Amino acid sequence: MTRTGPAAIEPLWEERLHGGAHWSGVLRRGRALRLVTLGGGANVAALFYSREQPMERYSMADTLKAQHTAHLTSGCVCYSDMGRILCSIITDTVGWHDPLGGLTDQAMVDARHGPTTFQQQRNERRVAGHEAMLVELGKFGLGERDLVDCINFFSKVRVDEAGAMHWQPAHARAGATVDLRFEMDTIVLLYNGPHPLDPHSAWTPPDVQLQAWKAPPVSADDACRTRCAENGRGFINTERYCA
Amino acid sequence: MSAVPVDTIVPAGEPWMGIVRSGQRLRIVDLEGNQAVDTLFYNAEDGDEHYSASNTIRAQGNIYLTLGTLLLSNRNRPLLRIVEDTCGRHDTLGGACSAESNTVRYALDKRHMHSCRDSFLLALARTDAGLSKRDLPGNINFFMNVPVTPEGGLTFADGISAAGRHVELVALMDVRVLISNCPQLNNPCNAYNPTPVRVLVRDV
Repeated sequence: MTRTGPAAIEPLWEERLHGGAHWSGVLRRGRALRLVTLGGGANVAALFYSREQPMERYSMADTLKAQHTAHLTSGCVCYSDMGRILCSIITDTVGWHDPLGGLTDQAMVDARHGPTTFQQQRNERRVAGHEAMLVELGKFGLGERDLVDCINFFSKVRVDEAGAMHWQPAHARAGATVDLRFEMDTIVLLYNGPHPLDPHSAWTPPDVQLQAWKAPPVSADDACRTRCAENGRGFINTERYCA
Repeated sequence: MSAVPVDTIVPAGEPWMGIVRSGQRLRIVDLEGNQAVDTLFYNAEDGDEHYSASNTIRAQGNIYLTLGTLLLSNRNRPLLRIVEDTCGRHDTLGGACSAESNTVRYALDKRHMHSCRDSFLLALARTDAGLSKRDLPGNINFFMNVPVTPEGGLTFADGISAAGRHVELVALMDVRVLISNCPQLNNPCNAYNPTPVRVLVRDV
């Protein structure tokens, strides 16, 4: 587990991602995105697609098996299904982000937190992860076929010897920070809502601050590049693609 | 593409696609042991609905597929259930090998080697099901052992299957089955020797 403090940055832009909200945008190669939790117990589901050819997308399996890990932290990269790196986790104050748990759907959220409607709750209604991602996918001409297994930033799911999955309560505190450096032009989808294994019936997703900035070039001794021989080859594949 | 009973040998490195009607049984037999059978399922009537690894493992609270596991779709609906399993554990985190991931995992000059995704893509190209690379989410690897540790490590361990072991599933809706009998030559999980499997579809 690697813990490094966040560096001082000069944001190109900032935006507050409200608790329960969804978001999408494009982060280009050489840009970085910082996510800072403004309260405890955050979970931000994320999906990544190549902006050039969205059929190329984040692959949970390729990310985990290339790096022999079932959790993500600084030094890890997020692989596409084409042997390239969409983004690298360059800073992480948490130590464990979950790539296994997936998204809530509306039936799950309604059962756990009680049903809501726009007519009753207006923008305080509780939108689930699946539905949130379908909305953001649709903005790029994508849909259900493109909705793959996501990353849940700020959440930890430990797997015991028998394979049982254990969601970790109170994993990320206020101020938890993760920095993603984009190695390709990437469509980023975010959903700031509870992890599907979070049993709490209270709906309290904290706001998350997004900050984008211009990342320094990836050095030869970059911690993500040198984490394992596989990542070295992943960066070569990505650099050849962008050459 | 019929739903008539099937009894076929799928050689290593070959795909197989078929329909299993609701209530029918699909059996896969690991004929020589420790073979990985990369498998995806789709709603036979609507290919937008496909197997979901994260929904399946989260719903049962366990990352391993075994006897009793309900395979769920991206809409959290049941596709099939595992009703017999003489192997004991199957993987759904490791995904399928591809030419591109082989360059990352093993060496840049491995790109030419045959892979499961090549088999998947060829099988999709040969049918008019309207499916493409977009419809290749994370799959199941029957007979493959990919343990995760409490510290969050993941390894491709030696197989726990053996010659003659099988898994049998009952379809809970009409499903399209897409199999790649894995041709991987770089991974010790199959002793560097991919072998054939037997696929059976039958009424009960």
